[in-house]
Amino acid sequence: MKYLHLIWAALFRRKTRTILTLVSIVAAFLLFGLLDAVRISFAEAGKSANGAERLQVGARLSFIQPLPQGLGAQIAQVPGVRDVAHANWFGGAYQDPHNQIFTFAVSPNYFDVYPEVEVDPEQRKAFDANLNGILVGEVIMKKYGWKIGDKLPLQSQIFPNKEGSKNWNFDIMGVMKSKDNKAFQSQMIVLHWKNFDETTPYNHGSVGWYIVRVNDVNDSDRVARAIDAISANSDHETKTMTEQAATANWIKQLADIGLIVTSIMGAVFFTLVLLTGNTMMQAVRERTSELAVLKTIGFSNGSVLAMVLAESVLLLVLGGVIGLGLVSLISMALPALSGGMITHTSVGAKSWSLGLALAIAIGVVIGALPAMRAMRLNIVDALAGR
Amino acid sequence: MANLVEIRNVSKVYERGKQKVEVLHHIELDIAQGDFLALMGPSGSGKTTLLNLIGGLDSPTDGSLSVGGTRIDNLGQGALAKWRASNVGFIFQFYNLLPMLSAQKNVELPLLLTRLNAAQRKKNAGVALQLVGLADRVSHKPTELSGGQQQRVAIARAIVSDPTLLVCDEPTGDLDRQSAEDVLGLLQTLNKSHGKTIVMVTHDPKAAEYARHTLHLDKGTLVEQVAHA
Amino acid sequence: MKFLMGLLTFVVALVGVFVFLSLSWQALPVLLVLLALWMLLTHRGQQAASVTAVGLSTLAQRLGSSAVIVVGIAGVVAVLVAMLAMAQGYSDTLRRTGGLDTAIVLRGASAAEVSSVLSHDNAIVIADAPGIAKDDEGKPIASPELVVAANLPMKGGNPEEDFGSVQLRGIGEEAWKLRTNAKIVAGRRFAPGVRELVAGKGAQRQFDGLEVDHEIKLGNQLWKVVGIFESKDAMESELWGDADVVGPTYRPSGSKSSSAVYVRLTGADAFEPFKAALTSDPRLQVDVSTTDDYFSKQSEGTSKAITAIGIVVGAIMAIGAIFGALNTMFAAVASRAREIATLRAIGFRGLPVVVAIMLETMLLALIGGVLGGLIAWLIFNGFSASTLAAGTTGQLTFQLEVAPKVLWTGLKWALAIGFIGGIYPALRAARLPVTTALREQ
Repeated sequence: MKYLHLIWAALFRRKTRTILTLVSIVAAFLLFGLLDAVRISFAEAGKSANGAERLQVGARLSFIQPLPQGLGAQIAQVPGVRDVAHANWFGGAYQDPHNQIFTFAVSPNYFDVYPEVEVDPEQRKAFDANLNGILVGEVIMKKYGWKIGDKLPLQSQIFPNKEGSKNWNFDIMGVMKSKDNKAFQSQMIVLHWKNFDETTPYNHGSVGWYIVRVNDVNDSDRVARAIDAISANSDHETKTMTEQAATANWIKQLADIGLIVTSIMGAVFFTLVLLTGNTMMQAVRERTSELAVLKTIGFSNGSVLAMVLAESVLLLVLGGVIGLGLVSLISMALPALSGGMITHTSVGAKSWSLGLALAIAIGVVIGALPAMRAMRLNIVDALAGR
Repeated sequence: MANLVEIRNVSKVYERGKQKVEVLHHIELDIAQGDFLALMGPSGSGKTTLLNLIGGLDSPTDGSLSVGGTRIDNLGQGALAKWRASNVGFIFQFYNLLPMLSAQKNVELPLLLTRLNAAQRKKNAGVALQLVGLADRVSHKPTELSGGQQQRVAIARAIVSDPTLLVCDEPTGDLDRQSAEDVLGLLQTLNKSHGKTIVMVTHDPKAAEYARHTLHLDKGTLVEQVAHA
Repeated sequence: MKFLMGLLTFVVALVGVFVFLSLSWQALPVLLVLLALWMLLTHRGQQAASVTAVGLSTLAQRLGSSAVIVVGIAGVVAVLVAMLAMAQGYSDTLRRTGGLDTAIVLRGASAAEVSSVLSHDNAIVIADAPGIAKDDEGKPIASPELVVAANLPMKGGNPEEDFGSVQLRGIGEEAWKLRTNAKIVAGRRFAPGVRELVAGKGAQRQFDGLEVDHEIKLGNQLWKVVGIFESKDAMESELWGDADVVGPTYRPSGSKSSSAVYVRLTGADAFEPFKAALTSDPRLQVDVSTTDDYFSKQSEGTSKAITAIGIVVGAIMAIGAIFGALNTMFAAVASRAREIATLRAIGFRGLPVVVAIMLETMLLALIGGVLGGLIAWLIFNGFSASTLAAGTTGQLTFQLEVAPKVLWTGLKWALAIGFIGGIYPALRAARLPVTTALREQ
């Protein structure tokens, strides 16, 4: 609009001051972009189209309690269940007990419930044919530079083999990939459950947990309740949850990410409001005579108010856009830095809209007082220097 | 000639805290269309106040004031602003140009209130600047112009919307002799060749000589009228 | 040329800041004393003192912009201190759990208690090792313990969905003799052989239903909470029960196995011989460490992560605060250009002017730092937080500790921000062309 030039020129009247203020605003929104990316990452974890079809069945007693193997067949009988797979926590470590690699011992139909995991058909065949074979996630393969066909010595933090040693040896038969890097399998290792159960004397045929794929996502709750009903009042009562609920539950125990992020951003924006508010007040105070002149020319009180408000909103939005833009640049490195915990590779649409809304809101808040002063400026007094 | 400005029994009272100060007392005045009027008087005489009323920057406490047939004493702030935009141009002692805008953008300011598009605004501003003899300084910022040049830009801004009335408050107060003469000559041209009615407050008798009439104010009342060719 | 000077200033400032940040708290009073002496005894120092005095006296007129520096820095310090207090509280809670005269024995190559399994025979051999203190009855204070987890509903949540994992420790009589800091504050100890539990105060805070004489459901079995204990360390987040009753519930097939054996040594010096005896024993394959060592290692990863986050967030906020300070001080210098130029015209040299401006900025920064630390202390000290701690199977409750060390770090950051935010304006003030400044409106 035609007033843009005027507002822009007013904003950069004192270049140094405006640029310094702008950097502070950029810093605030940079932080916002980063923290919001983290917040959303955690909030969205476990939410995927494929995940919506999955239920996790674990022991009600605790997450380290195993379930009997026979339960699988019973679960498969529940109407609405499409596939039932199972997995056990192996507790893999490479070269050092503290150097953990997520390792699961899985049932042969594990990939039926995780259709988003991609394995080359040849490699899959080779894996299925070799009881001692393992599939390694893409990210892990790259990290250690392993090759297909390598013999991999892997320690189990928990389970010794028949000889009592915790050192196991496997054959790398293939690589697990996933589209958009979203599936967690790209960062872990899977081995055959049968191999695991037969090699360690400590498992006794038990299953860590079951993963169920349902036919209809809207049916999930009913299926979950039906599955739990099977083991009700037994010594292995189950708790079945959707993948999303299970992930959310785990994250909640880790930390209330939302609260932490909101608190920090609250402090950041509070100080920002003070800082930019002071700048705007100063800027308007210096320009009383100029604003008075605009009024003498014929600009209405309302338009002067609007111009000052537009100026502060423009300042905030400019800083906000630059800050969020910088985050997009930086966040391309985030997945690598966080070891895959944070999967968003750019500032999502949600963060952008929230960020821009905040920028506009803050712009209005800090511009309100100076804008009102400008509006109520008495022309005669201002021109006379009073 | 018809009267552009008719002032009837106008008084202005200011409230400073608890005190009431009557700055103008029962002014009766007619200003003919096409007149060039100088207002003189000692400081505190109320001449700037009278100027502000004529220009629609302020409203009288009592009495009626009409300009170009319109009663402006009973208009609200918003209506006055609209009226000023199309009817009055202002020139101040300290030019009051916006320092961050170029000469051209400064002159275009009043045109932002019209429906003209960017190209038209640019053209009209160019014409106004040419009229004041600054066609070659359109992109200069006020800090890059001399006092006299800044005042001429201010005049260009005052006339760009083609108002009938020009109101000047000590236009040459901050200028050296030569620049002052240039500015006053320009005002005279605007009055004689373009028919602008000009009311000018000044304390400089030499400046007043450029006008057609001089009015003296003392302590809020008109003291004498002096006409000169 | 100007750009190079600016860059050089920046590098020098940055180096100075890093050095400063690594100082311990004793350095501050030393620096202050040195500064005071300089200002009292040297000519330039006295000049600086008078310029500072003038600046401070007009501070009241610039309250608004001064508040910007103070509040901006207070914000940075408050957030930084809160995060560091979290890391501090977490690692302290875990470190307090251990000592140099208690040792923990796990099965070899176990990352944590929960992944270790020791047989009953192992426990007997371990209890026989040299260096273990004896109780009043002459028995070795060796406590075999079984660590498992239980899902319980969280306090204030939906009982169906909001449940969390709590670490459940099966213990025997010896555990109480070993953990002398654990005291029953409500109810009584559990009786052996029955499904009774005592809950730590931290666990009580986190989970629903952990009150004396309440029954809770573990899986499909009812257990009764008969007491609450307090130990002011990580154990407070646990539930304790009789190992002989917990064992069958969780490891129906395993015969009386434990996760770990804790022993109290006769002294810190008894550790090495104790460890040597066990590691050279052919019947055992164990890892032996002092509990101090064990728990410190457990806390390392998470504590480092929290600290790292705190520093990154703090650093970004600090950048915002620095630019806010730059803005304010540049404006302050500009508005006092005439006054400064007059001083210089009179004969005040550049250095006193620089020092004076720096002092003013750093004084405001100091106030901001103290304010931020105070806010953090008021709000967060003792604040309870919890997380799924690494190496445990349950929620670990801990309290944020706004320790003096943490406050000092916050203060150092505040002063560093004030330093960087003040140095450029100060240099500009000193290099102001005197005549221009005196001419300026």
